Amino acid sequence: MDKGLSLRDVTIKKGDVPLLSVTHEIAPGDVLTVMGPSGVGKSTLLAFITGTLSPNFSATGSVWLDGHDITHVPPHQRRAGILFQDDLLFPHLSVGANLAFGLRPGGSKAERQSKITAALDEVGLADFGDRDPATLSGGQKARVALMRMLLSEPCALLLDEPFSRLDAALRAQVRSMVFDRARARGLPVLMVTHDAEDARAAGGEIITLG
Amino acid sequence: MRTNRFLPLLPALTLLAMLGPVAAGLWWTILPAFGHLPAAGQTGPSLDPFRDLFDWGGLPSAVFLSLTTGLLATAISLAIVVLVTAGWSGTRPFRNLERLLSPLLSVPHAAAAFGLAFLIAPSGWLSRLASPTLTGWERPPDLLIVQDTWGLSMAAGLIVKEVPFLLLITLAALGQADAKRSVAVAQALGYGRVTGWLKTVFPRVYAQIRPPVYVVLAYSMTVVDVAVILGPNTPPPLSVQIVKWMSDPDLAMRLEGAAGALLQLALVVGALCFWRLGESVVAALGRRWIAAGYRGRLDPVVARVALAAGCGSALAVLIGLAVLAIWSFAGFWGFPDALPDGFTTRNWMRFGPGTLEALQETAIIALTAGLLALILTIGCLEAEYRYGLSFSRRAVWLLYLPLLIPQIAFLPGLQTLMLNLGADVGRKPVIIAHLVFVLPYVFLSLADPFRAWDRRMGTIAAALGASANGVLWRVRLPMLLRPILTALAVGLAVSVGQYLPTLLIGGGRVATLTTEAVALASGGDRRAIAVYGLMQTGAALIPFALALLIPALAWRNRQGLRHG
Repeated sequence: MDKGLSLRDVTIKKGDVPLLSVTHEIAPGDVLTVMGPSGVGKSTLLAFITGTLSPNFSATGSVWLDGHDITHVPPHQRRAGILFQDDLLFPHLSVGANLAFGLRPGGSKAERQSKITAALDEVGLADFGDRDPATLSGGQKARVALMRMLLSEPCALLLDEPFSRLDAALRAQVRSMVFDRARARGLPVLMVTHDAEDARAAGGEIITLG
Repeated sequence: MRTNRFLPLLPALTLLAMLGPVAAGLWWTILPAFGHLPAAGQTGPSLDPFRDLFDWGGLPSAVFLSLTTGLLATAISLAIVVLVTAGWSGTRPFRNLERLLSPLLSVPHAAAAFGLAFLIAPSGWLSRLASPTLTGWERPPDLLIVQDTWGLSMAAGLIVKEVPFLLLITLAALGQADAKRSVAVAQALGYGRVTGWLKTVFPRVYAQIRPPVYVVLAYSMTVVDVAVILGPNTPPPLSVQIVKWMSDPDLAMRLEGAAGALLQLALVVGALCFWRLGESVVAALGRRWIAAGYRGRLDPVVARVALAAGCGSALAVLIGLAVLAIWSFAGFWGFPDALPDGFTTRNWMRFGPGTLEALQETAIIALTAGLLALILTIGCLEAEYRYGLSFSRRAVWLLYLPLLIPQIAFLPGLQTLMLNLGADVGRKPVIIAHLVFVLPYVFLSLADPFRAWDRRMGTIAAALGASANGVLWRVRLPMLLRPILTALAVGLAVSVGQYLPTLLIGGGRVATLTTEAVALASGGDRRAIAVYGLMQTGAALIPFALALLIPALAWRNRQGLRHG
């Protein structure tokens, strides 16, 4: 079984206009960075992989994750975790409930709670479980969003300009936190960004679109 | 996964629920209008119903009334709203006026009309305040103020209710018109506030509010409950006369009623065309006005007059409701005393049980129609989101169709159809008829917030393993709790205020607060009217209060949803 994320002859069109074509293998623990100015369709590539491509676009080719063709699998069964530039924590749920939303089903109530506590501990947010996400700082929100995604045990990690809303000091810290955890879990990472520094820090291959 | 099989059908079902009764009603208006009504032993085609209609002596003035009240009410309420917005939007007085007007949106037309009648009648509160010191009146003067032959008080009753509606619609349109910067540029070029706004922002805003303006025109021309309360009696406006024909025990009168309904429809279509023509004339004049470069020296005066008119219209409803409240607790109250001799709860004791019964009927109908409309609307919007359907600008007009085709034009037909089918009149058909009018308002109220929801929330939730239904129930609907409850409250208020569908489709056997209140109009028992009018207002307002309160409580620890 081939571990990793593989894009085979993926072509995305808007109407009749081709936006991008990608063929690439991302091995577990590796990072592929897709660069290019805004509007070239970087994010549509991620939408194609998560299965949420808008009907204005059409795509051909296939996406394989850990040896399975997921091109036609419903979005919620693909196990492709994604982070956006905004934290997108669910505003109606507490921090703990956001993590519980991400945590894969199964296990007793106590087991689930201890996993959530451990996740909060891991990113230095112990005792934040009952907090309203809106009261957290930008860096704290980013950490909760990361842990929520990791608790869903994804098989790949997609990053959509994930650090561009953070200020310079925070940025390096959150970035290394994300990449370290992806590497530790052996996740293939696909990042789209227009920031050259993010691309350098990722340390993987870079393709430039547009 | 049952929902997934249902979901694609919901848009079609919604259109059917909204337009089906309209189409069936129109068809069954056309048949009897041309002499075909088997239930009355008549088979057509024949032009006799129209001959009878044109032989009716009251027709010219009935037609005239329909046109004048409709055009007058629409033109004046639109002028007030546009000029107030032009002169004051973004200022403190404007925000205050907005706060004053928005709760008035849900006050039922009938209650507002009663309040106005209690205020301006010869024995009304204004006359009492001014008598005898200013007027010298010791007895109510013999003036025909309410129910005047020209329909002016009726037009006033419509204006005070349409101003809040048009203002809210205009505010919604302003958000997309980039008004602030346009006015700033115009002002930097030396234009006054009002003139600058009219020349730069108004064309964009009007393009957006055009459908609701047409709705106001069609509604004002054909309204029945306000006309019964404030309109002239002999002869009445055409819509009221049609109801009389349709309620006649002699089934043959329905032929004439159907012909009248078709004439009413033709009048509305004609008036809408006339209005459309007027738009072109105003646009042409406006272009010349813009080209001439006038900066607007009279702007401050115009703005002040408009603000006064806006406040006056809001106060007319508010004070009218206050007078209703005084009457509902009034003991003996002789003219020209400004207040009753004493206050008592006797009126409420006496009419309370009756109103509670009517309230129960009102609530059952409103909640069923409101919840059905909400489910259909959410289903349509969710289908649009999941399957990437998109509604064109044309399709939006479909939503307005049941509001543009006058109730009086197709409800009689719907009643005749039920008569022919031998269907039972009663609550269920009334709910279906209410749904026709509740659905568009619920849809229009929920569509924007539903579509504005950040799609990436859905992507994230799906990536975390939530199915499409899971995303809807666990993320989207909770986040949209407030707009959903507001849309439901709008639907409930629309249903509570419905008079004609309840009367005609209920066959007079379904007694809601509105039908009971309007039925009291001819009797003139002010205490009974006051109690029913207030209950009706409460039934429409309380859902709005709950729509504010419930999300505030449910999300009291969730800052992120406080303004969602």
